[in-house]
Amino acid sequence: MTWETVIGLEVHTQLATKTKIFSGASTAFGAEPNTQACAIDLAMPGTLPVLNAEAVRMAVMFGVAIDAEIGLISAFERKNYFYPDLPKGYQTTQLEKPIVLEGKVDIQLDDGRTKTVRIHHAHLEEDAGKSLHEDFHGMSGIDLNRAGTPLIEIVSEPDMSSPEEAVAFAKKLHALVVSIGICDGEMAQGSMRFDVNVSVRKKGEALGTRTETKNLNSFRFMERAIEQEVERQIDLLEDGGSVVQETRLYDGDTHTARSMRSKEEANDYRYFPCPDLLPVEIDQAYVDAVRASLPELPEARRARFVESYGLSAYDAGVLSDEPATATYFEAVAGQCGDAKLAANWVMGELAARLNSEDQLIQHCPVSAEQLAALIARIVDKTISNKMAREVFSAMWAGEGEPDTIIEARGLKQVSDSGAIEGMVDEVIANSSKQVENYRQADESKRPKMLGYFVGQIMKASKGQANPQQVNEVLLQKLNALL
Amino acid sequence: MSVDREDIEKLGELARIDISDENAKSSVKSINDVLALVEQLQAADTANIEPLANPLEARQRLRPDEVSETNRREEFQAIAPATEEGLYLVPKVIE
Repeated sequence: MTWETVIGLEVHTQLATKTKIFSGASTAFGAEPNTQACAIDLAMPGTLPVLNAEAVRMAVMFGVAIDAEIGLISAFERKNYFYPDLPKGYQTTQLEKPIVLEGKVDIQLDDGRTKTVRIHHAHLEEDAGKSLHEDFHGMSGIDLNRAGTPLIEIVSEPDMSSPEEAVAFAKKLHALVVSIGICDGEMAQGSMRFDVNVSVRKKGEALGTRTETKNLNSFRFMERAIEQEVERQIDLLEDGGSVVQETRLYDGDTHTARSMRSKEEANDYRYFPCPDLLPVEIDQAYVDAVRASLPELPEARRARFVESYGLSAYDAGVLSDEPATATYFEAVAGQCGDAKLAANWVMGELAARLNSEDQLIQHCPVSAEQLAALIARIVDKTISNKMAREVFSAMWAGEGEPDTIIEARGLKQVSDSGAIEGMVDEVIANSSKQVENYRQADESKRPKMLGYFVGQIMKASKGQANPQQVNEVLLQKLNALL
Repeated sequence: MSVDREDIEKLGELARIDISDENAKSSVKSINDVLALVEQLQAADTANIEPLANPLEARQRLRPDEVSETNRREEFQAIAPATEEGLYLVPKVIE
């Protein structure tokens, strides 16, 4: 039986403003608990919210970046619920008249296809504080520094049909909001959090019952949470059961999700227009000015990378999505003069290292200048690719500049053709049996037999012979014996 | 439209208000009286009228994004029932 998966996302994106959405308290991350929670954030009686102009500008910036219609008049509602990290007893948010209306985001899939995901709308709202559930003598601790941090909640249409598509969409949004400077993109600090709505149906049938898994703050968690939820729903349905509409919570430590609340006990938010805030009116000239201030979007950067560096569309995509990666790559390519080699290193060795050590490129211990200097040594044939990887490891470990490391480790590649010919001759002379086998072998089998000789020669040169030259000389000499 | 006892209890629950029997009874009546007034208002034809957010047609003023608040945690926490390590303490929240 074939099942179809239907996925929609709600993305909470913290805006990179200096202050809260409705107060002049700082939003800087990592401050001592409650030192950035002012009277307005604490919902002290008599306080009134005043909207942050920069939050409005950033929301509009997002809107123009996804080609959305902008709500020239938008309004705030109160969403009422009780939770200790929400001092007012309601979240100030937008419902009827959000600031960003329908838009779209194109995602590139691994098989080269492009898919359009429609954005239903995006609205401005405030973040809640944090509850710490460690035991304080049977009580919970509340830190309200985050309360009132401006968010845009981006709501997609249910246009994604696999975990891969959902992740591609999430990554695309991440790259976009970071590129246009409205979010710092620090997922580990909760700057971007995803709620995923998942349902399954048999091909061609009406939409199934959906569940919502909340508060996923990494792409990996999101992918796993969706995979698990799809499997759970299909198992339920194939066993003759039914899916219950519910909110689920994913635990990144155990990689399991559990039900948080079902529809029957669902919150009744009793939305109503916020009497403390007037409608927000902006004019078309304002929107046009924001549009004119848009920096280069990942999409345009990708095209430029293909055009000016001669990269493949795929490579250009990988390198252009994240502004920090793009900047790093451009610095390396510009300085080493070989864009393709630069691309291979940034996407290969460097990305693998960053990934395995869970490190952001912003905090990479090897600077773009250092990597460019290393690549320059490959280009001028001082060292081989293999040696370069060793130097790279040393640079990562903080051993200094590439030239210093090459010198200190005696890693210079032997490209002197006389010396290489000598080594090749010696190995051929000492391997009469292998040479005989080579001569007798079928022509199609011969290339595979070269490995032995190359290995011996590299050993003789202590790994320093230029492998390309070795191959050429070896082939020439062996074939002369045929 | 009208509300009954059950609605009032539900509202009380949502608002975390303990409503006594007597109170519930009188609340049903007074809220239904208000709803009767609302019903009268609803007789007016508003099909072509934009909802009015403010009688002066005023619009929201915006504030520049500059930090204007300082840390006053000590003052705020002096009136809190319980605090520890800079945190406000509340009855344990279990999800």
